[in-house]
Amino acid sequence: MSTTVAIQHVTYREALRQALRDALLRDPRVFLIGEDVGKYGGSYAVSKGLLAEFGPERIRDTPLSESTFVGAGIGAALGGMRPIVEVMTVNFCLLALDQIVNNAATIRHMSGGQFSIPLVIRMATGAGRQLAAQHAHSLEGWLAHIPGIRVVTPATVEDARGMLWTALEDPDPVLIFEPQTLYNMEGDLAESAGAVEIDRAAVRRMGASLTIVTYGATLHKALTAASTLAQEGIEAEVVDLRTLRPLDMTTIEASVRKTRRVVIADEGWRSGSLSAEIAARLGERLFYNLDAPIARVCTEEVPIPYPKHLEDAALPQADTIAAAARALLH
Amino acid sequence: MTLETSSAALDRDVAVVLLRDMLRIRRFEEKCAELYSAGKIRGFLHLYIGEEAVAVGAMRALTPYDAVVATYREHGHALARGIDAGRLMAEMYGKQEGCSRGRGGSMHVFDAAARFYGGNAIVGGGLPIAVGLALADAMTHRARVTACFFGDGAVAEGEFHESLNLAALWKLPVLFACENNLYAMGTRIDRALSQTDLAAKARAYGIPSATVDGMDVLAVAAATRVAAERIRAGSGPQFLEFRTYRFRAHSMFDAELYRDKAEVEEWKQRDPIHLCASRLEAEGVVDRAARAALDAEVEAEIAGAVAFAEAGTWEPVEHLTRDVYTRPL
Repeated sequence: MSTTVAIQHVTYREALRQALRDALLRDPRVFLIGEDVGKYGGSYAVSKGLLAEFGPERIRDTPLSESTFVGAGIGAALGGMRPIVEVMTVNFCLLALDQIVNNAATIRHMSGGQFSIPLVIRMATGAGRQLAAQHAHSLEGWLAHIPGIRVVTPATVEDARGMLWTALEDPDPVLIFEPQTLYNMEGDLAESAGAVEIDRAAVRRMGASLTIVTYGATLHKALTAASTLAQEGIEAEVVDLRTLRPLDMTTIEASVRKTRRVVIADEGWRSGSLSAEIAARLGERLFYNLDAPIARVCTEEVPIPYPKHLEDAALPQADTIAAAARALLH
Repeated sequence: MTLETSSAALDRDVAVVLLRDMLRIRRFEEKCAELYSAGKIRGFLHLYIGEEAVAVGAMRALTPYDAVVATYREHGHALARGIDAGRLMAEMYGKQEGCSRGRGGSMHVFDAAARFYGGNAIVGGGLPIAVGLALADAMTHRARVTACFFGDGAVAEGEFHESLNLAALWKLPVLFACENNLYAMGTRIDRALSQTDLAAKARAYGIPSATVDGMDVLAVAAATRVAAERIRAGSGPQFLEFRTYRFRAHSMFDAELYRDKAEVEEWKQRDPIHLCASRLEAEGVVDRAARAALDAEVEAEIAGAVAFAEAGTWEPVEHLTRDVYTRPL
C-alpha cells in the first residue's frame, strides 16, 4: 500500500500567506503590524484576506512611521506578545534602524539577560523589478553584521512556508528577508508542509567540481548556471545559505572541502559584504584545501539603476556566475 | 497655558515619603559624582539633581503592574520605582550584582521585577517601546499604565511625533511624561523648537495635556494621579509636561558654556527638596529632629549601597558572550 502525499502548487507569496495564517491561528499572541498590511492587503499582497479573517486587532495598519511601529513591535514583544512586523522594503527599514540596532539587538545583553525580544520583522529585499535605487537594494548582509539578531532569507516555497513559525518560536529578534522577485515564483508544497529549521544551510544541488555559495533570489540564478555548467561537464554544488546570521559554516566548509573551489554569488555589494565575510572565513579555515582563489560575483557598486539593461548588468546573473565558475577550472 | 501647582491639603505621611525619596536620589547622586572623581564609576554619568520631584511624584501614581520606560538620566526613576540602591550602585560600578549585571552602567538600568525597561540612551528611542508595551496591555485587556519619561530634547525627534500619533490613534494606555529642563544637552529649548509650549504639541495629536510645576513634588504627584486614573479608565494616552531644571552639568564632561550661573542660581531657589521640606516644616509635619532622623536614614542607605557595590564582583570574562541570544547560536 502506498501513501500519497497531497501536493499543492503555490506561489512563494501564497506560501508566505499560509505561514502567516497558520501563525495567527496557532497563537493568540501573534499579530501582524505594518504599513498597508490590512485593507490594502500588503504592498506585495502577502497579507491579502487576513484582515477579513482575523480583524483589525490582529492585522494592524499603521501610519507611515517605521521607527515607531518597529519599536512598538519591540515593546509588544516585551509585553508578552508575538508581533510580526512587516516593513515594506529593506530600504524603508533604514528609518527604523535605531529600533532594530539600538534596541532589538541590544536589550537582552545590555539588561544582563533579563529581557528577551521575541519579534519577527519581515521585509522585501533585492532588485530585478526596475524599482530603482530606493526600493531595490540588498541590505540583508549589512543587518547580518549585528549581534543580537538572527537573519534568514527563504529562497524556496518550502522555506517561505516554514521559516516564519520557527522564527516566531525563537525567543530573540528574527529578520526575514523576502526577495521581491520571488513572490510570483511557483513551486510544489506538501499540504502538510510546516515549520522548518532555520539554523542550517541547504545543499540545493550536488556536484563535485566546485561549490557555489549563495542565497535568496540569486539561488535560482546559481541553479540555472549549474544546469548550463553541467552540459559542459562541470558539476557545481549549490549551497543556499538560508540563514545569514549565524552563518552555517559547517555546511559551507563541508562542501568546499569536497570541491576545493568556490564561487560566492551575493546580490549585496562586494565591499564589506556577506560574500567578503564568507571568503575570509574560508581563507582562515580552508586555505590549504583550496585549488583556486575564492571567486565572488556581486552587485556592481552602484545604486540600482532603473532601466532594465542597466539593472541586469548591475546584478549577479546566471551567465556571470557560470563564467566565474569556468574561470576557476581552466 | 496654566502651570499646575499644589494647593491641596497635605497627606502628611505621603509627603514625608516623597521628601525622603527625593533625598535618597539627591544623596545617591552626590555620592555618584564623588565616586566618579575617584574613578569608581566611568563612562557617561548624567545626574538628575534638581529634577527629583518629577520621578518621585510621578512614580507615586503607578502600581507594581505598570511599566516604566526611562532615559539615560534615570537613576532617580530607578530609585523612585523601588529598585534597590545597592543593586543600582553596583550597576554604576559595572559589577555583576548590578541590576543589569553591570552590562549597562549608568545609562542602561533595567529591572524585570520592577517592570523597568531601561535606561535608553538614544533620545526619543524609548517612546516607541512604551507604545508597544501599552499595545500589549491593550490587546490583552490589562488595565495598566506605561509611564514613558523623556526630555525636551526628545520632542524634536521624529519618534516623539510618530509615537504620540500612534498612541492617540489607537487610544493606548501611555503616560507621556516630559521632563522639560530647558536644555537638550547644551541647546536651550528656544534655540531648538519653533513651538516651545510642549503640551500644545501633544494637544495637536488629540492627547489631553497639562503643564505642571516640576519643582513641586506634590503638584507632580497630583497631576500624575489624575492622568493615570484617566488612562486606567480607558481614555487613552495623557501628556504631562513637567517644568524642571538640571542643577548640575549635562554629564561629567560639560563646562556649561551655554548657560549663565545666575540662571542656575535662580532655579536653585526653587530646589524641589527645599520647597517640600520647608512646607513640611512650616506645617509642622517634619520638625528638625525628624528631618535629622530622615537625613541619617538616607545617609545609612547610601553608605550601604556603596558598601554593597564595593563588595560586588566582576563578571567573569568567560561570560562576555552570554545573553547576546537567549539560546546561543
